[in-house]
Amino acid sequence: MATSLSSKLNKAVKQQYMDLPQGEKVQAMYIWIDGSGEGLRCKTKTLDSEPKTIEDLPEWNFDGSSTYQSEGSNSDMYLIPAAMFRDPFRKDPNKLVLCEVLKYNRKPAETNLRHMCKKIMSMVDTQHPWFGMEQEYTLLGVDGHPFGWPSNGFPGPQGPYYCGVGADKAYGRDVVEAHYRACLYAGVQICGTNAEVMPAQWEFQVGPCEGINMGDHLWIARFILHRVCEDFGVVASFDPKPITGNWNGAGCHTNFSTKEMREDGGLKIIEDSIERLSRRHMYHIRAYDPKGGLDNARRLTGHHETSNIDEFSAGVANRGASIRIPRAVGQDKKGYFEDRRPSANCDPYIVTEALVRTCLLLEEGEEPTEHK
Amino acid sequence: MEMTSLSSQLNKSVKRQFMSLPQGDRCQVTYVWVDGTGEGLRSKTRTLHKEPMTIQDIPEWNFDGSSTYQAEGSNSDMYLIPVAMFRDPFTLDPNKLVLCEVLKYNRLPAETNHRARCRKIMEQVKGEAIWFGMEQEYTLCGTDGHPFGWPKNGYPKPQGPYYCGVGADCAYGRDIVECHYKACLYAGVSIYGTNAEVMPSQWEFQIGPCEGLDMGDHLWMARFLLHRVSEEFGVVSTFDPKPMKGNWNGAGCHTNVSTLSMRREGGLKFIEEAIEKLAKRHDKHIALYDPNGGQDNQRRLTGQHETSSISDFSTGVANRAASIRIPRHVGQEKMGYFEDRRPAANCDPYSVTMILAETMLIDPEEQDKEYDFEKEYM
Repeated sequence: MATSLSSKLNKAVKQQYMDLPQGEKVQAMYIWIDGSGEGLRCKTKTLDSEPKTIEDLPEWNFDGSSTYQSEGSNSDMYLIPAAMFRDPFRKDPNKLVLCEVLKYNRKPAETNLRHMCKKIMSMVDTQHPWFGMEQEYTLLGVDGHPFGWPSNGFPGPQGPYYCGVGADKAYGRDVVEAHYRACLYAGVQICGTNAEVMPAQWEFQVGPCEGINMGDHLWIARFILHRVCEDFGVVASFDPKPITGNWNGAGCHTNFSTKEMREDGGLKIIEDSIERLSRRHMYHIRAYDPKGGLDNARRLTGHHETSNIDEFSAGVANRGASIRIPRAVGQDKKGYFEDRRPSANCDPYIVTEALVRTCLLLEEGEEPTEHK
Repeated sequence: MEMTSLSSQLNKSVKRQFMSLPQGDRCQVTYVWVDGTGEGLRSKTRTLHKEPMTIQDIPEWNFDGSSTYQAEGSNSDMYLIPVAMFRDPFTLDPNKLVLCEVLKYNRLPAETNHRARCRKIMEQVKGEAIWFGMEQEYTLCGTDGHPFGWPKNGYPKPQGPYYCGVGADCAYGRDIVECHYKACLYAGVSIYGTNAEVMPSQWEFQIGPCEGLDMGDHLWMARFLLHRVSEEFGVVSTFDPKPMKGNWNGAGCHTNVSTLSMRREGGLKFIEEAIEKLAKRHDKHIALYDPNGGQDNQRRLTGQHETSSISDFSTGVANRAASIRIPRHVGQEKMGYFEDRRPAANCDPYSVTMILAETMLIDPEEQDKEYDFEKEYM
């Protein structure tokens, strides 16, 4: 059975309860990244009144020994609210709250990459770094097989699926539509969607976001996707190469610009940045998936519109390169560029941080610089 | 779907048609009580001629105790004494749900009416303003008794990704949790929060902070709401403390406690004193922390799966394998509350809160007193 048992529970019964008034009480769902650096966790608490800003939300804590984050003998970890959104599942006045995780000694947890990202972004706020990330993902049934694919086999080869329409081309569009609307309601900066090259693979784009907002908005968009899929009884996977063979992988192409790049003559700045990136390829590769490059090794083969993981390359309108300069940017001589290396399961905080370190803080060498 | 009940597949629009009929000024009041097992809940409904505004407006009632493991057929009438009133989230305003104490034919508390003694203890320690928060764990099962969403003749992947998880491969039955939460908010039950638990199909909700006797009232009503919501969806909620043997977590009812002195500056000292007193009465507490004198907890408190061992008493800051855990921030701020991790999911909250209050706040010479309830319910 491709869809979960949960998804078959009676939704009319559910609606009856979800319509119940809740007085002044507000449900706040706290969301965080677990010890894997990829998984999301959540739990809810009741508040006595609607929080208007992030400062109205109290700190909380959780059992880190159950999320691959601490030992049982010293398991308490802290949740620090960082970004608040409207809740598209429980609706107003309820909230979704993205949190940073701190260890028992109040230092950032291993997979709390937001902490350092925020520091780095604050060093360059006058340059107004903008990001747009293209999140690819694959829909799977609860049996782990891509959703809509024949039970013990494969669909016809890639070709007709990218941006396709029709039941023989688009598998699971309901999820995409529902996710888009939920993101708009929540206040996530979703700027588009399309069907991808592999059947059951889709993409949404979040941006343009400045600085730390990119990571915040992308993580919440991912949470919303997992919850929407859960309601439909399917699973969204960010695995960078879900099916081996002649099937596309899933990336998170990251578009980047600064105020200078966006102004007249900005192309020169773009080219300088690319030059710097070319000298720091392995540092970026290590930052571009949660396993220091091992996940991307399965995806960045040089085929299927990827560059090869061992070599850095750049080109206008070139999808086989590490960095692509869009044709229009080449013509207008200003704009932005696209780093095609990040994998679908990357942590956007460290991806955006790495771009800022190399291009704006002008760092060099294989290790990130320690700034005071 | 064979794992959900036939009832849940009845036509809900037909139901809606009738449920939306106006009822004039008549009010439906559902009386809820704990049966002879000390774990099961029963209910029946009557019509009142107008909406009750307070508990005093609700009359006593009675029922057949020989059908609830509570009396012999030859002398079966038992009394229902209304004690706490809530809004009804199933049939909506102005209808009510009323939690009741059960009295025997001679107007003494029934065997499983632990609220009676709890009330006596709480009255004596009123000045200490004792607060509780209870974390109720439970497992969702299909009508076949197998955990809901688990493969029919087998097991899901091992524990790890499920705690607070999201996604159809991690969270089984979230609809029940969401609906129960809303039902509690509507009813006026002090629901504090919810989360998915370590075992798949296992969930938790927290009730509190409640002072004294309210804790038991709110938790029992929250349990009733859970059973009713689950019934509507055609699944079953179980409070069995160890529903699946092997490398699967059990279900507890961790109880958080504090008194006025613990919540103030320097309160940590009072917390430590309280814990010393608890250490001396471990066996007494264990006997009251499940409805079968500690036998249910034997299956759960093994020292593994984030439990302490049933035979030893232990404490620790942020330590989830101890009997008592002092939360990290309480250790740092030197005031607050502590968590007793021993109670089983199917415990009676009146018994748990009663023994905690008695051990911590009543002189040893006055403890374990037999109270005389003869004149109590006249």
